[in-house]
Amino acid sequence: MRILVNGAWRETVAAELSTVLEELGYGGAVVATAVNGEFVALGVRPRTRLAEGDRVEVLAPMQGG
Amino acid sequence: MLQLYGTALRSRLLLGTARYPSPAVLTEAVRAARAEVVTVALRRESGGERAGQGFWSIIRELGVRVLPNTAGCHSVKEAVATAHMAREVFGTSWIKLEVIGEDDTLQPDVFGLTEAARILCAQGFEVFPYTTEDLVVAERLLAAGCRVLMPWGAPIGSGRGLNNPFGLTALRAHFPDVPLIIDAGIGVPSHAARALELGFDAVLINTAVAQARAPAQMAAAFAQAVEAGRAARLAGPMEPRDLAAPSTPVIGTAFRG
Repeated sequence: MRILVNGAWRETVAAELSTVLEELGYGGAVVATAVNGEFVALGVRPRTRLAEGDRVEVLAPMQGG
Repeated sequence: MLQLYGTALRSRLLLGTARYPSPAVLTEAVRAARAEVVTVALRRESGGERAGQGFWSIIRELGVRVLPNTAGCHSVKEAVATAHMAREVFGTSWIKLEVIGEDDTLQPDVFGLTEAARILCAQGFEVFPYTTEDLVVAERLLAAGCRVLMPWGAPIGSGRGLNNPFGLTALRAHFPDVPLIIDAGIGVPSHAARALELGFDAVLINTAVAQARAPAQMAAAFAQAVEAGRAARLAGPMEPRDLAAPSTPVIGTAFRG
């Protein structure tokens, strides 16, 4: 299945957001997620099933003004 | 002491964390500023990359309160989603709400801002809206549930100081009891002192410190300016006048009459 992660197309095997994050190397990282522009809380990731073409945002803390 | 959503703060200088030459310099600057609140953001991070994790460790070690922003958001939907993501990652309901309306000036889209503020306040966020000095917009933001306002001094990163002191003075006079923090455009410590002299409760500085030749030294200078400006405000500045008034008493002046 192809999904758009942070603006780049990625091929994934898993369907659940939490597993996809593990697959992409985010395991253990402090990140926040959104799917198709809607916030997905940490606790909801395991039961959030992704579909072909979904847009996933994975954001981490960064310097800001 | 400054009260922001029930939190008492000694320092009236809030510091941004972006654009420093290194994390070590950022740390020095926060300490030199004696800042109790720093702003932070969220950005895309690729899997395996850990830049964000490293940054977050540095901030936590500083022991300061964080004010996450929604910088870069151009729509209500983006800003609301980003605020929720920030609340989860940073563990705070504080959010510096930015909805940008114009890319050259980074001027806030005040229509989107008021709508996003209404949604976020209803969802339990404590919103710090980045706004202009417009009184009507300020009224709408307060009606939306905001209890702090962050009017700009000048466009973000411009270092121009207070572009519209008349408008800012009117804003201060109109909302005497609302904490008002000048958010953007401060370039040098005298601008910050001026903001406090005009009665603003605090200033948020980033580029002026981060891009100084010696950021920690500049942070210390800003801290002094903010203290001086606040003390002057409390002391009650004199009214300016157009003509000279001798400061030395004229009675008894020699060689007259």
